[in-house]
Amino acid sequence: MSNQKFDMVVLGSGPGGYVAAIRAAQLGFKTAVVERAELGGICLNWGCIPTKALLRSAEVFHNMKHAADYGLVADQLGFDLDKVVKRSRGVAAQLSNGIKHLMKKNKITVIEGQGTLVSPGKLSVEKDGKKTEVEATDIILATGARAKELPHLKADGDLIWTYRHALVPNTMPKKLLVIGSGAIGIEFASFFNELGSEVTVVEMMDRVLPVEDEEISAFAAKSFKAQGLKLMTSASVTKLDKKKSTVVCTVESKDGKSEQIEVDRVIIAIGIDGNVENIGLEKNNIKIDRGHVVTDEWGHTGVKGVHAIGDLTGPPWLAHKASHEGVILVEKIARDKGNKDIKDLHPIDKGNIPGCTYCRPQVASVGMTEKAAIAAGHKVKVGRFPFIGNGKAIAMGEAEGMMKTVFDEKTGELLGAHMVGAEVTEMIQGYTVARTLETTETELMHTVFPHPTMSEMMHEAVLDAFGKALHI
Amino acid sequence: MAISLTMPALSPTMETGTLAKWLVKVGDTVESGTVLAEIETDKATMEFESIDDGVVGKLLVDEGTEDIPVGQLIAVLLEEGEDSSVADEVAADAPAAKAEKAPEVKSEPKKETAPAPEPKSAPSAAPAPKAEAKPAAPAPKATSGERIFASPLARRIAEQSGYDISQISGSGPRGRVIKRDVENYTPAAKTATAGGAVSLDGDAPYEVVKLSNMRKTIAKRLSESKQTVPHFYLSVDIELDTLLAARKQLNAMSDDYKISVNDFVIKACAAALMKVPEANVQYLGDVMHQFKRADISVAVAIDGGLITPVVRGADQKGLRQISEETKDLAKRAHEGKLAPEEYAGGTFSISNMGMMGVKQFDAVINPPQAAILAVGAGEQRPVVKNGELAVATVMTVTLSCDHRAIDGAVGAAFLAALKTFLEQPSAMLL
Repeated sequence: MSNQKFDMVVLGSGPGGYVAAIRAAQLGFKTAVVERAELGGICLNWGCIPTKALLRSAEVFHNMKHAADYGLVADQLGFDLDKVVKRSRGVAAQLSNGIKHLMKKNKITVIEGQGTLVSPGKLSVEKDGKKTEVEATDIILATGARAKELPHLKADGDLIWTYRHALVPNTMPKKLLVIGSGAIGIEFASFFNELGSEVTVVEMMDRVLPVEDEEISAFAAKSFKAQGLKLMTSASVTKLDKKKSTVVCTVESKDGKSEQIEVDRVIIAIGIDGNVENIGLEKNNIKIDRGHVVTDEWGHTGVKGVHAIGDLTGPPWLAHKASHEGVILVEKIARDKGNKDIKDLHPIDKGNIPGCTYCRPQVASVGMTEKAAIAAGHKVKVGRFPFIGNGKAIAMGEAEGMMKTVFDEKTGELLGAHMVGAEVTEMIQGYTVARTLETTETELMHTVFPHPTMSEMMHEAVLDAFGKALHI
Repeated sequence: MAISLTMPALSPTMETGTLAKWLVKVGDTVESGTVLAEIETDKATMEFESIDDGVVGKLLVDEGTEDIPVGQLIAVLLEEGEDSSVADEVAADAPAAKAEKAPEVKSEPKKETAPAPEPKSAPSAAPAPKAEAKPAAPAPKATSGERIFASPLARRIAEQSGYDISQISGSGPRGRVIKRDVENYTPAAKTATAGGAVSLDGDAPYEVVKLSNMRKTIAKRLSESKQTVPHFYLSVDIELDTLLAARKQLNAMSDDYKISVNDFVIKACAAALMKVPEANVQYLGDVMHQFKRADISVAVAIDGGLITPVVRGADQKGLRQISEETKDLAKRAHEGKLAPEEYAGGTFSISNMGMMGVKQFDAVINPPQAAILAVGAGEQRPVVKNGELAVATVMTVTLSCDHRAIDGAVGAAFLAALKTFLEQPSAMLL
């Protein structure tokens, strides 16, 4: 049994863990990461990135189907699912390899194996039956999360999938049922629908993309339906009955009606559970609440020298939140140890974390929905702008979409911004910067947006909230 | 022709002033006598009146701007028929021209500063400078002239809440004031009762208090005094029973006045300075001035500091006149309405803290004066008279002297005279 000593060890190399490790190394800590699978975690290998690769294939395919709209000729359209998946795996592998280089460049030791917290300051890492003990003054738990499953909704990897299986599909399902219409569910629904599956989405809440602004989610739903997606809201799957090569799904709606749908494959996307098991939390008295580790606003668990970030902790469960938490936590630790160069450190403001969903049409948002703003006691001013009023959107052949802004009537604070349509995931950051800088409508109105871009709609949606929109 | 309004010299010594408040805005019609602004000098706030008729064309300094040199252009008044572009021309000329140069030098500076079309009459030209002038008012609320880092939202919430953003300490990046800071800000001093326990770790929490001009003047003058003037102190006890009896008698004679002990002290100091003129001096480096009149500066505590209005020729004035003048000066000092000449000068100062219960203290000399009398409270104390213990109302006074001008013996002689006049007020009649 060898023994290694570090200033900081990060358990898990996902977007939270590897970023924390890089920042720690930059700040002069002798750092290691412990990873049981691929460097980069779910995000790079089984989440954000490979799904974007698949969705890009779907998008190009969609454009090919509409080639004639652009005056182009594309005959004999088709796709090779294996190659689509191969490309996605290639992208993931490339990025995971990139992380390996980043670790090397920053002189971060990568320890392969399953890590467990033995006691504060001590980890045990097991690989191929061999155990290594690793010591560190500070340990950051960043083990992430996995797909949530329920007793009656369990994946088998064959007929019933989680995102993990859906990323490497063993077949192109003719009929697909997706349980859950959050980002993961709706992205897969969008992908398979584009490639020709007959897709049904079952959502427990009364609307798809339930965390988004109601208007945006209604807009998206209309578009999904037009593309042929079948949406069943206020409904839940109560039973999955596996046949030889199909699954009979019992779907019950809130009003008590029951329906049986037979499909080739099912994707379970009903949320996530933190990876809290078998990492030594209980015996070290680390608090767990509903499957996630409880921390303070910096990521401290309350046990000296043990910290946690990312999906393992509270919501929102997003890669960029995990990375940001990792940086803040490491800087906080450095500051506590007397690093005078760390200034202006603040816990993450969860109201300023944008969210993006890469279905078609894309959805992006930051801050409060209109309903949430009103519920929080704000008198609001709401601005809207449709893609049909934007020159670039029409030229792109992407005239379907809208932007929406929610302002506090009194202070002019941008409470929230919501978008649905092409490329909106690349634009939401403009509003996120505005929120972080605490701009009011005045500065946004005085900002010059380049023409011709779709971002001009961001300007118009602000102007519209104050009755000053120009192109509508 | 547009009229240039420059920072006025409101007192002979004034070199710079603070534009405390504009009382007119662009577009207002003013006539001779209209108060245009409040201007703060080092000690008082004065009103700045227009001496011409016209329309306010442009305000060139923001409210709160400090240290504006006398003579600097601060506003432009338009005469009948002139449009606002004329104001821009005058403003553009500002550094060079003290007054009316506008039309002659029209061509060059104008192109840079006034984008509006040339013709005077064109109404389309008007909105341009107007729009330019408007945002200037709410945006930089920088009262001290230094930039305040604050988010736009924080500024707006502060403005809506009536807070001075410069008073709010920022917790954002590099001390930027952000929404949270304004929302957590309580204008009055925050105490532990508000949000539960106040942290006892680290540095004590504090609020930044901006220095008023008065505070700056006090700090500057008194530091200078303590650092350059060699102070020494002489104390004597003065029995007041005779004085109090005389005061009671005088006040009983009429309801038209009410003479205070302090009025007696002023009068007695003046009389003592006449008797010992060597103490009524100022040290000026190569010469000294020995004054033939006793101008007594009386320290008055006011909001945010103190001020010393002067009772001039107190040696020649009766108690009643001294009393009335002192009351009037003190009242106007509290209102911030003293004219500079009313608190400038003085040959000797009195600082009386007796009414605040102070028994004895040492005052800092107010340069260029050479002495100040610190007056304590009159109180009943045991005294020994002719070998017997008795009770008398006694007051301790301490004279601070500038040793460059007043030696110990002179100070002692002054105090002896003062003691005589206060213990035997009738001696002042001699």
